[in-house]
Amino acid sequence: MDVKAIREQFPILNQEINGHPLVYLDSSATSQKPVSVIKAVEDYYKQDNSNVHRGVHTLGTRATDKYEGAREKVKKFINASSTKEVIFTRGTTTSINTVAYSYARANLKEGDEIVVTPMEHHSNIIPWQQAAKATGATLKYLPLRPDGTIEMEDVKDTITDRTKVVAVMHVSNVLGTINPIKEITAVAHQHGAVMMVDGAQSVPHMQVDVQDLDCDFYAFSGHKMCGPTGIGVLYGKRELLENMEPVEFGGEMIDFVNLYDSTWKELPWKFEGGTPIIAGAIGLGAAIDFLTDIGMENIHEHEDQLIAYAMDRMKALDELEIYGPEQRAALITFNLTDVHPHDTATVLDAEGIAVRAGHHCAQPLMKWLEVTATARASFYLYNTPEDVDRLVEGLNKTKEYFGDVF
Amino acid sequence: MSFDNLDTLYRQVIMDHYKNPRNRGTLADDAMTIDMNNPTCGDRIQIHLQVDDGIVEDAKFEGEGCSISLSSASMMTQAIKGKKVDDALKMSKIFSDMMLGKEVEEDDIDLGDIEALQGVSKFPARIKCATLAWKAMEKGVGEEQ
Repeated sequence: MDVKAIREQFPILNQEINGHPLVYLDSSATSQKPVSVIKAVEDYYKQDNSNVHRGVHTLGTRATDKYEGAREKVKKFINASSTKEVIFTRGTTTSINTVAYSYARANLKEGDEIVVTPMEHHSNIIPWQQAAKATGATLKYLPLRPDGTIEMEDVKDTITDRTKVVAVMHVSNVLGTINPIKEITAVAHQHGAVMMVDGAQSVPHMQVDVQDLDCDFYAFSGHKMCGPTGIGVLYGKRELLENMEPVEFGGEMIDFVNLYDSTWKELPWKFEGGTPIIAGAIGLGAAIDFLTDIGMENIHEHEDQLIAYAMDRMKALDELEIYGPEQRAALITFNLTDVHPHDTATVLDAEGIAVRAGHHCAQPLMKWLEVTATARASFYLYNTPEDVDRLVEGLNKTKEYFGDVF
Repeated sequence: MSFDNLDTLYRQVIMDHYKNPRNRGTLADDAMTIDMNNPTCGDRIQIHLQVDDGIVEDAKFEGEGCSISLSSASMMTQAIKGKKVDDALKMSKIFSDMMLGKEVEEDDIDLGDIEALQGVSKFPARIKCATLAWKAMEKGVGEEQ
């Protein structure tokens, strides 16, 4: 993989921040976009912009072809068995909420259980809290091991015949933990529960095969995988989606509308109310082309090498605590002793290094870690070992700067 | 090392308040307590105020946060203690103008250490940290009035 050539595809990376070349280490929050994605969106607006599925005119056909072409690309990318199983949404949060509204509220009752983990992003906790409140079901947490991993033993103890939904993230946005989704899905299915996977941090970085995982629902966002903001995907098994009611009514999703009753389009359009996110889907399609050309295996391997190097260098630093397991995705969440992560991030920013500081939308996990906030450096295909060196250098300067104070 | 820019944010007096916070702690049960969160980072601050006859008799704070939010809380409690509620609110207004980078007219109010926080206005991402304690105080005395 030629990282230098890849970096040239990302014009944003070629700039100075506070007098230093930018080191972007916040891809877990949102990735940067290559020129091909920016151009695909621009070309659509310049040449093909039109509403989809209804215009008889030529532009309408072109826009529809591009929009549905993007769906085909997503289908192949995650190995769904049909484009009927690929619903375009606003992002992971909307995807999970769709399942929590449509599936959970219709199928859950008092006495049923929803199983989640304490490491989930707020977007895979709150929809289930709300669904539990609405249906009388109980929200149950899978315990985490001290290193921030899930043991199958605990999974088997927690999921019971009362469990109707299991909702787990594939990769933790804080700990970097890669969860055994296939194995957890198998246990969920043994008990007749459906498996919802938050794939926001996995799909951008590794090959995901939804049929192999056998999960029932899988959600992810375009903007974390080189695509535009405002577009995401809900994958669902066809049989389940067929039996679910739409969440949004009107616009694109209608079939026949009468004065007092209406019918819906078939899958996947019945879940796509309003004018769809046409430009976003086309941009996501271009992002998938970009990632596929490089190869997800190559990206994964590059990130594996980078995180191994970053862990080695970060662990060698004194007064730095790293959270999460040894075996991890390409991100490191950490704290410097006696320096608040906000202050760390401000000093690093003064050095041109962008990291995240805060609770990372995982307040229950922060509580579990017994911290109020942490700093996080996350890596992607365009990051280099030199970026890691700059980070370590920046952290040393941070220690020095605040060390002078104390 | 070129930390000139950072030094406008982390002034010595700020770091002193961070390291040696004034008025950290609680007040008697009949004092008012205001909780305030900074939802972007999870920082939490608790302000305790003893207000009698329109005067802030005592002010304390507890909580977790960054150097800017904690030093600001320390300075705020120091500044409003013994002041009339109206003056405390006036200071809060001056402070929020200061964060917006506006020229502040001090008039008859002595800002003391608080002036050190002026540099925060050049770091937009940190303004919320600095205003947290002031917002809590405003909420508290607002309820009182």
